[in-house]
Order: sequence, then structure tokens, then C-alpha cells
Amino acid sequence: MAEVREIKLPGVGVRLEFETAAGEQVAVVVHRGGRREVMVYDSDDPDISTTVMRLTPAEARTLSEALGGSSVTEVSRVVEQRIEGLAIDWIAVEDDSSFADRSMADGMFRTHTGVSVVAVIRGTETIPAPGPDFVFAVGDVAVVVGTPSGIDQVRTLLGA
Amino acid sequence: MFAAVGADVALAFVEIGLIALVLAALARLASNLGVTAIPFYLLAGLGLGDGGVADIGIAEDFVALGAEIGVLLLLLTLGLEYTGEELRLGLRTGTVPGLVDAVLNFGPGFAMGVVLGWSVPAAVLLGGVTWISSSGVISKVLSDLDRLGYRETPSILNLLVIEDLAMAVYLPVVAAVVSGQDAMSTIVTVAVALVVVVVVLIAAMRWGHLMSAGLDRGNNEVLLLAVFGLTLLVGGLAQQLQISAAIGAFLVGLALSGPVQHRVSALIEPLRDLFAAIFFLFFAFQIDPAKLPAAMIPALALLVVTAAGKLGSGWVAAGRAGVGRRGRLRAGTTLVARGEFSIVIASLAVGLDEEPELATLAAAYVLLTAVVGPLLAKNSELLDGVIPGRRRKSPPEVRTADV
Repeated sequence: MAEVREIKLPGVGVRLEFETAAGEQVAVVVHRGGRREVMVYDSDDPDISTTVMRLTPAEARTLSEALGGSSVTEVSRVVEQRIEGLAIDWIAVEDDSSFADRSMADGMFRTHTGVSVVAVIRGTETIPAPGPDFVFAVGDVAVVVGTPSGIDQVRTLLGA
Repeated sequence: MFAAVGADVALAFVEIGLIALVLAALARLASNLGVTAIPFYLLAGLGLGDGGVADIGIAEDFVALGAEIGVLLLLLTLGLEYTGEELRLGLRTGTVPGLVDAVLNFGPGFAMGVVLGWSVPAAVLLGGVTWISSSGVISKVLSDLDRLGYRETPSILNLLVIEDLAMAVYLPVVAAVVSGQDAMSTIVTVAVALVVVVVVLIAAMRWGHLMSAGLDRGNNEVLLLAVFGLTLLVGGLAQQLQISAAIGAFLVGLALSGPVQHRVSALIEPLRDLFAAIFFLFFAFQIDPAKLPAAMIPALALLVVTAAGKLGSGWVAAGRAGVGRRGRLRAGTTLVARGEFSIVIASLAVGLDEEPELATLAAAYVLLTAVVGPLLAKNSELLDGVIPGRRRKSPPEVRTADV
């Protein structure tokens, strides 16, 4: 993947720049509201650029899917922003975990730590929003959301 | 405000309605011409105010209060414009260009005030008028000319951030100086104001997200009312403490951060546009149109000197980012436009003997720079042949950081 440089444009948004293998300098300006502009730099004077297109957030998604990308990164960035002060983490249930073969209700994670288990990944399967009677198995990976300190507590509970 | 007489209210509605329609027509004209509406609002105010073609009467109370609210909302949005992270980045990278900018652009205004025989507070205000570029005009110019991708653009925007921060110090100092107390209490007021500003700035950068997160829970209606209320309340309290209502509103804007910052910006914008238009209009009401031609001479002199000043600021700022000669000229010319904040600063002269002259000169100056600035920015390559120095065909091989 090309190395992308991120340049802050205070009051506007950010500009992401990279160079293609063919030597073209490309940039995308992401406005705060989600509008995007795609621009290509002049080969004679790399200080100036020509705007190739202006995209609404929906059009940007369409274009990125047409190019074979996905909108995962964008979504996760929104999540991060929306819940400032919260963290998301993936915690594996280890061999020696006291929680293997015990249920979600036994853990009382939310009561003790304020942390929610939002999904469990078991092998190739993802179990969204596991209920109180969900039983953990060794090798499960719990996707948790909460404060960083709360998540540390859960890691101690589940991991050991 | 109004006597509760039906006929008066009816007349006031008619007047305000007509004024708003005139402003709408002017804003439309401005956007067709691709320039900011501020000079047009000022011209409208000159035409409608004392000594103008049509004198408004009964609606003046409303317009006066609306103008005050306009100032607060302008400063609230100035504070809202940049995130804490952007302010930190600006401080880290922009101190030198910021100082150059201050010396080259505050200096001429201050000197002109002294030459005109004004008192120190009035000269300090005129320095502020010529110092601060219009972030509103400039971001519009950059976007209209498709220059957001240009190499020098981050340098320009960073300089605006620095000016924004400089306002946080300048405004309370000026408010204290203008209030005209004796030396000792002026120093105390300035010190108190600066401590408040620094504490709020640090708190906003560290913990602003907590207050913002609290506000972010409400729906748009709640948020709009809460922020509007907070701005007026803090502004009023700051005014009571002689720190000036404007700085209070500015600090509210600075303290809001995170997702709520963008929500508030979007919500406040229409309200700000409305009241800011009223503010520019009211500012020009108090100017005698007959005095404007005479003020054009010092205004032109200031235009020439401070356009060169901004050219210098932009040259230095863009040069530090490794931008080539043409880009440095583009950065300089783009910064020439003054606008909303020059008028806000001039409006702080309430109670000074020089108030009418300062207002007239500031209006003349903004009329010139707000129109000339964008034109210069658009045609900066013309300067390439005029300004002496090395011209290079090919860009520099090595480029340092892009900030």
C-alpha cells in the first residue's frame, strides 16, 4: 500500500496525499462535514493541484466501493470519535481462564466493570450481542467496549 | 424595547423586513460576484444610517441589540473554528510566522493611529484592525479557487489559527486599555483577563471534551438554546468584569470541542449570519457617509503597507514549509483580505474620543481589503514578474514538513 501522508487543514479538515507507482501525486481533501475533493498535482509545479472531482459522503462511499475498497475504516473512525473516552478491545479467553465454560451472567462484567461485551468471535463465527446465558469457551475472543480501566479489569477476569 | 403600540410594532416589522430584504439582495449580488458580502453590508449601512439616503427610525433599538448579539456570535464561531489539536499544532509550528505577521501588520495600523494624533488605545485598536486577516473570506477564497490541495494552504490556515490565538490575548488587553481606568487598575484588569484566558484555554484543551460530551447528549434544539444561552451569559459576565463580552463568547467557542463542536458550528451558522449582517449594518449606521471619502486616503495608505505586510507573513509562513516562490506569493496575497474581525475590533472603541474616525477608517479599510484581497489572491502570478528575486522553473528537490 502506498504511504499516505496526512496533513491537517485547520478549520477545513485533513488532506491525505500519496504518490502512485506511475509517479503521480494524488490528494484527497476530507472536509469536516464529510465532503471530499480528489486532486492531482501538476507534474511541473508540485505546489499546485487540479481538483478532479468533488464528492458528497455518499458518492465517496460509492467510488471507494467501485474501486474495491471498503468503508470499514471510515465507520470505525466515526465510532472512535463518537465515544471519546471509551475504548474497544478484543480479549481472548485463555486456556487457564476461570471463565471457560461459564456463562455471561456469571461474569457480571457490566455490573462490576461497566464494560459491555458487544460480540464474541468463535472461530470463523461472530456472535453479536451475546445474551446472559451465553457460555464462554476457551479460544473465544470477546469484543468489549468500556473505559480503558474497565477493560483492563475484564482482561484480568477473562484472561486468567 | 418597543412600546407596546400596534402601529409601532407594525412599523418596526416593515422596517426590519425591508432591511433584511435589502441585505438578502446584497448577499446575493456578493455571491454572484464571488466576494464576501461584508463590504456590501457596510455600504448598505452607510446608505441607511445617519446622513444616508434613508434614515431608519423605530427599528433602531432592535438593530442595536441585534448587532451586539452579532459580535458575540461572530466570536463564538471564531472560537469554534479550530479544535484543541489544531490550536496546539498551530502554536508548535506557527510562532515565528505569527510574530512576523503581528509586527508587519499590527505595526502599520498602530503607527497610522499615532500619525493621526490619536490616543494610545485608539492606535492599538487600529493596529488590531489592520492585523487580523478575515478567516471567513480566506477560507472561501481558498475553496472557490480550488486551492485546498495547494502546498502553501496549510501554512495559510495555520497562520489564521495563530491570529485566532493572538486574539485571545489581544481582546482582553484592548478591552482593559479602552475602559480607560488609571494605570494600576488597567494592569490588574489585563492580568486578571489574561489569567482567565490562559486557564480557560488550558482547561479547554485538556477537559473541554467533558463539557462538550455533556452538551452533545441533547438534541439540536437543546444544544442550540444551551450554547446560545451560555454565550450570552458568559459574554455578559465577562462584560461585568470589564473583560469584554466578546472575549467571553470567544472562550465559550474555544471550550467546545469534539463532535459537539461541529454540531454547534452547523447550528449556530445561520443565526450568526443573520446577526452578523445586522452588526455590520449597525456599525455602518454610525458612520457619516460624508466623512468616508476623506478616510479613503489613510485607508489606501494602510492597504498598500499592510498588503505588503501580509505578503511578508505569507512569504515567511509558506517558505518554512518548503513551498516555492509562486506558492509563497499566493500565500501572501491570500492573506490580504480583512473583514469581520477588523470591524469587530473597531467596534470596541465605544467611549473613545476617536470612535467616529476609527469606525470610518476601519470601514474604508475593510471595504478596500475585502475587495482587493481576493482579487490579489486570484491574480498572484502577476506579482511574480514584479517582485524581485530568484525565479525558478523547477520546484525544489527536497521539501520539508508540509505544515
